[in-house]
Amino acid sequence: MSARRLHQEQPASFAYSAESKARVDREIAKYPPGRQASAVIALLWIGQEQYGWVTKPMIEAIASLLGMAYIRVLEVATFYTMFNLAPEGRHLVQVCTTTPCWLRGSDDIVAVCKKQIADTQHTISKDGKFSWMEVECLGACVNAPMLQIGRDFYEDLDGPKTEAILDAFRRGETPKPGPQNGRHSSEPIGGLTSLKETQS
Amino acid sequence: MLSDKDRIFTNLYGLKDPGLAGARARGQWDGTKAILEKGQDWIIDQMKKSGLRGRGGAGFPTGMKWSFMPKELKDRPHYLVVNADESEPGTCKDRDIMRHDPHTLVEGCLVASFAMRAHACYIYVRGEFIREREALQRAVDEAYEAKLIGKDNINGWDFDLYVHHGAGAYICGEETALLESLEGKKGQPRMKPPFPANVGLYGCPTTVNNVESIAVVPTILRRGAEWFAGFGRPNNTGTKVFCISGHVNNPCNVEEEMSIPLRELIERHAGGVRGGWDNLMAVIPGGSSMPVLPKDTCDTILMDFDSLVAVKSGLGTAAVVVMDKSTDIIKAFARLAYFYRHESCGQCTPCREGTGWMWRVLTRFQKGDGDLADIDLLQEVTKQIEGHTICAFGEGASWPVQGLLRHFRPEIERRIAERKGTAPMAAE
Ligand SMILES: Cc1cc2nc3c(=O)[nH]c(=O)nc-3n(C[C@H](O)[C@H](O)[C@H](O)COP(=O)(O)O)c2cc1C
Ligand code: SF4
Ligand code: FES
Repeated sequence: MSARRLHQEQPASFAYSAESKARVDREIAKYPPGRQASAVIALLWIGQEQYGWVTKPMIEAIASLLGMAYIRVLEVATFYTMFNLAPEGRHLVQVCTTTPCWLRGSDDIVAVCKKQIADTQHTISKDGKFSWMEVECLGACVNAPMLQIGRDFYEDLDGPKTEAILDAFRRGETPKPGPQNGRHSSEPIGGLTSLKETQS
Repeated sequence: MLSDKDRIFTNLYGLKDPGLAGARARGQWDGTKAILEKGQDWIIDQMKKSGLRGRGGAGFPTGMKWSFMPKELKDRPHYLVVNADESEPGTCKDRDIMRHDPHTLVEGCLVASFAMRAHACYIYVRGEFIREREALQRAVDEAYEAKLIGKDNINGWDFDLYVHHGAGAYICGEETALLESLEGKKGQPRMKPPFPANVGLYGCPTTVNNVESIAVVPTILRRGAEWFAGFGRPNNTGTKVFCISGHVNNPCNVEEEMSIPLRELIERHAGGVRGGWDNLMAVIPGGSSMPVLPKDTCDTILMDFDSLVAVKSGLGTAAVVVMDKSTDIIKAFARLAYFYRHESCGQCTPCREGTGWMWRVLTRFQKGDGDLADIDLLQEVTKQIEGHTICAFGEGASWPVQGLLRHFRPEIERRIAERKGTAPMAAE
């Protein structure tokens, strides 16, 4: 539990782009009549993907779209930590540091972020391209340590591999997500111990 | 050891086509209509006979849970809600099911919903699993396209399936918090009763099940309850996806037989403990909420519900976190305590205040800062949280600390003594 509140400086307005709006409509359609509030997390997320962070005008727009009281949407935006309530770098590097990742060296990943991005979390790098934060278990613990950038997980990391990933993003590339140590996904890297017969 | 022909998740690693064609080639969606034609009672009876216990952490018998739903569809619709919030540290199995074998889940949703007379199901996927949500949505779209689900589908039970966008909050894995969140609110657990089978999503009869619990259903019904019940020990049956992380040579997920010895699991599939079995210090056997086990227990323990309860721990989500002798065990648990502090929803005072307090004390203990009396006080605080909160998060936050104190108290005492510059006190 941490106190989270809206950023002091707020933009004047917010509107979904045409592409976002199509996504918004698809989300709202999933719920029975009168239950549109169920789409609130999805709508905040779509807004955040479009704008980079969750703003007051965005919350107001979503409240009126879903027929919810402003305070109810605000509550949701502040409760869930995946919503950024202030601007972040263009790429927000979310480093998992929960115990299973820590056991396999997440400290090294944090060190790279401090060196390459900024000493402290949520500080935008000088080139504006990055900020970073520690997050709790992202559900990829057998591929630890790992981090998330945008929609993708980068897994089986170490310090140098993390540097390489950040360098690639800095050059404007999107490095290949997933394990960075040569394995396909969550299989043991030393060779399959199961599901061998059924390979084809 | 489980043989490949008895594995349910034959594309666990995504080495083959996760799409409908691939799924069909692996035997999914085979005779689904015939299964439904056997009727609700038959399905629930088979689930009871299979011995399946919920794979989301609590291990509640699945068939029995389904039987709590009203036997008739009256004025309120019924819902199945699938829990894909997967955020218990160490756990990453539902992720593989959703991205690599999603049709096991889609078919399972249809069959389970039919058994509980639900015409609609929501799968609540944690917010960070964006690619997983996309993969699952692709499978759902394929199933609609092929008329396997939807209105007037070929399986004969009108059924809508929705992938719901969750958010990043561990507490939303608790079933009533999940329902609140699904309704568009803060994810704060509800008081029980009423139970979801009576008042669940939108006030309607609802059952919440874990991804793995639902995804194994079609295969159980196709191959027979006896087949599934033939694995593991009585009351602890079936196959299970284990997640093995931490200080092993080859961390991995693997589907194995329930009741497999922990040591065999680690050595056969995860390449053994880093530096060899004798380099093992401790294992968390079932996700972060389950009390840690010292090496001597790990030597012989079987991985199932009952054997782990017998050593004051639990199977939980079957996420095995291995720690070798290089581990700063107090720091490992201080970090977990931080996790619980961060994730408490804040409704109950003992949980909100207690998780912060436990984290601060463990952080001090890590440096040997404190008095021996503080250790007893810490134990006492865990007891004041446990059983005094709205939801089981209170237990989940207390048990890891109790496990640490049970097995590694001497290490805490040693650090305190070292810091004070006095010799450790004799054991008695
Ligand atoms: C704090 C907390 C977190 C939980 N997280 C999850 C989760 O991420 N996934 C899950 O399936 N169950 C989770 N559970 C258990 C659910 O409340 C519920 O028991 C489960 O989804 C039921 O499914 P099952 O009977 O198929 O196991 C959690 C419980 C608590 C108390
Ligand atoms: S025990 Fe903790 S997480 Fe559960 S309802 Fe109470 S405050 Fe929230
Ligand atoms: S602890 Fe990092 S992904 Fe689970």
